[in-house]
Amino acid sequence: MTMQFSVGSIGDDVTVVKGAGRLNMVAAPELRAAVRREIDAGRARIVVDLSEVTFMDSSGLGALVGCLKTARQAGGDLRIAAPNEQVMMILRLSNLDRVFKAHEAPETAFHA
Amino acid sequence: MSRHGLEAVAAYDASSRPRDVRSEVRLWLLRIIVVATLVLAYNYVIWRWLESVNWAAWWIAVPLVVAESYSVIDVTLFGLTMWRARTRADPPSPAGDATVDVFIATYNEPVELVAVTAKAAKRIRWPHETWILDDGDRPEMRAAAEKIGVGYITRGREWHDRPRHAKAGNINNALMETTAEYLLILDADMIPRPEILDRTLGYFRDPKVALVQTPQVFSNVATGDPLGSQAPLFYGPIQEGKDGWNAAFFCGSNAVLRREALMQLGIVGYVREVEATTARRLRQAFRIVRRAQRRAAAGSAAAVALAETSTALLHARQALGNGEPLAEVTYTLQRRADAAAAGVVFDDLRAIQADLAAIAGLDGDGGSASASFDADELLEGLATRDLSPLNALEAVQLALRAVDVDRGDEAQAVMPLATISVTEDMATSMRMHGLGWRSVFHKELLADGLAPEDLSTALTQRLRWAQGTMQVFLRENPLFSRGMTLAQRLMYFSTMWSYLSGFATVVYLAAPVIFLVFGVLPVDSWAPEFFWHFLPFFIVNQLLFLVAARGLPTWRGQQYSLALFPVWIRACVSAFGNVVFRLPLDFAVTPKTKQARAGVPWRKLLWQLIAAIVLVVAVVVGVIRVVVLQDEFVGTVVNVVWVSYDLLMLSVLVGAVRYRGYVSEETVIASEGEAR
Repeated sequence: MTMQFSVGSIGDDVTVVKGAGRLNMVAAPELRAAVRREIDAGRARIVVDLSEVTFMDSSGLGALVGCLKTARQAGGDLRIAAPNEQVMMILRLSNLDRVFKAHEAPETAFHA
Repeated sequence: MSRHGLEAVAAYDASSRPRDVRSEVRLWLLRIIVVATLVLAYNYVIWRWLESVNWAAWWIAVPLVVAESYSVIDVTLFGLTMWRARTRADPPSPAGDATVDVFIATYNEPVELVAVTAKAAKRIRWPHETWILDDGDRPEMRAAAEKIGVGYITRGREWHDRPRHAKAGNINNALMETTAEYLLILDADMIPRPEILDRTLGYFRDPKVALVQTPQVFSNVATGDPLGSQAPLFYGPIQEGKDGWNAAFFCGSNAVLRREALMQLGIVGYVREVEATTARRLRQAFRIVRRAQRRAAAGSAAAVALAETSTALLHARQALGNGEPLAEVTYTLQRRADAAAAGVVFDDLRAIQADLAAIAGLDGDGGSASASFDADELLEGLATRDLSPLNALEAVQLALRAVDVDRGDEAQAVMPLATISVTEDMATSMRMHGLGWRSVFHKELLADGLAPEDLSTALTQRLRWAQGTMQVFLRENPLFSRGMTLAQRLMYFSTMWSYLSGFATVVYLAAPVIFLVFGVLPVDSWAPEFFWHFLPFFIVNQLLFLVAARGLPTWRGQQYSLALFPVWIRACVSAFGNVVFRLPLDFAVTPKTKQARAGVPWRKLLWQLIAAIVLVVAVVVGVIRVVVLQDEFVGTVVNVVWVSYDLLMLSVLVGAVRYRGYVSEETVIASEGEAR
């Protein structure tokens, strides 16, 4: 039921947080905690890899925005990569696509 | 309470067939009376405007006819509300896997009181988690929560030095820490019954339902309700009527909300806010850069940096115009501006600090009570002032840093509950309706509340509600907000409109006094003609109220709505000052315990006292005029009756002032016999 997040890195300065399954109200606090841990450890350039996220609700979107705020305030940034079509649609419906750019892959999120 | 309880039980049985027919018949009867009232009301008010205004005495005649028009619009909105006032049939049973968080919001209520509510919340039958949201951050509250075995949430570091947004902020904070699908919101003084969730969750089987509101009924109210705490008309026919138009609204407590709807509200609000701020801050940054460029020496390092910054700003504006995502645009802009400034050494930091201090001092005259840092005011100040030349570049940096998507001046980027008003509840459900969600009013007593037990506290509470409502009226007027149906807008507008009654009351108090004392009649008409227009309207209007109320005790409410006219006026004026001039509201949290020997709040009743004295003097003068000066007899009788009505309304405060708080069940039962 709970979503597992795995953490990896690209190069020396970009951290990838990847979740699989449903990014919903149950998983949202976990995503925030996972990102917070990385930022507290001094890694503030973060990509959330959404390639294996099958569903997202408003709480999931809220977690992304919350993480973006945390990253920006730590002098870094948070980007999203590889959302599937359904997640993309949710981003569009919520207008959040006007804030976040959906990058094609985690690798290109910071280094286009 | 007992009376209302019985009514709720009766409503509960209403799903059986024969009663259904009866309630349909009653509804149609009500509609006929509504139509009759409105026809007669407009017949009267149009006649008043066209044929009976005494223009010679326009200074009272016009206010009076305006006040009467106000009342006719009020009746119209009431009629529209009643048009669909039906009691709902029983809800379906809840979906088996529905998860619920129960939130008990507290600020400064005694720990024992919150504990009683928390224990009751724990006993709610449907599986759930209970949380005490302690805005007071009290160690003894935390200990009590632990002892009872419920969760405890308080604000984190991020709220330090940022606007706290009272109860809305408290709940928004807790939303981020919890995970259930539905939220039962309780005030600390609302003791839930075990079946509260079983009886309400079923409505959420409709995936568009976002809110189920149940009545707020108080169990510590003496017979006769001296402080007018109960609102049987509101938590009955009025909310049912609004519900008929899908506009039942959130009243802050005893309600279940769908988390998804709240979060969606937060996201939509975030995007809207960030788009607006980014555009505004970009404009400010442009102005600051231009100003700085004028003063920078040509060819200097500062001038070069400014030129690069200006280009970066232009690119950012173009990118936004092309619809590029805000997060990317702001990030690029900040990096480019950082790079541009990297070569410049700021050697005169003291001067920029002086500039900032001067600006802070400037806005300190006006809105200093809002202690929080206001980036907008600061930037506005930077953009309009002449800064010391070199340090204008530092101002540019400050301005650019504010062009961001992190809502740096708020603790949370996403704020699900509306923070535009001290009554976050109404504003929130209005936005929900605007996004197409549905609401339900479920008329069943499912929590026992504690009402304020002294007049002073009760007055503060009414003031707060009125202020909050008027803030929403001025900030997000439902008539002009998108997404809602016309009927939904009118339902919200109706509640707001009713809080304007204080102004009309002043006219209604003044008009008879002016006649009795000076003999000036604002109505220019023969007496029979006046009665012929007025009385049918008046009688049918009373009938409408009687039928709509279905035997509920509404007299107390009517008295208070007139007698508290200074409170309503103060609320309107202070809300206007707050929204338009950004003045503080003097917001106070309603104390939940008796004010220790506060005594009679004579000061707060000053205007009512003056009104009562003036009315009595006017009657004496009026009688003397008839006897001695042979003044018009009929007019005097009419106005004396009018004054007596006003005095009867104001007399509610005598009982309220003498009220010493709720005593005990036995005493109440003993006196109940006489009262009936």
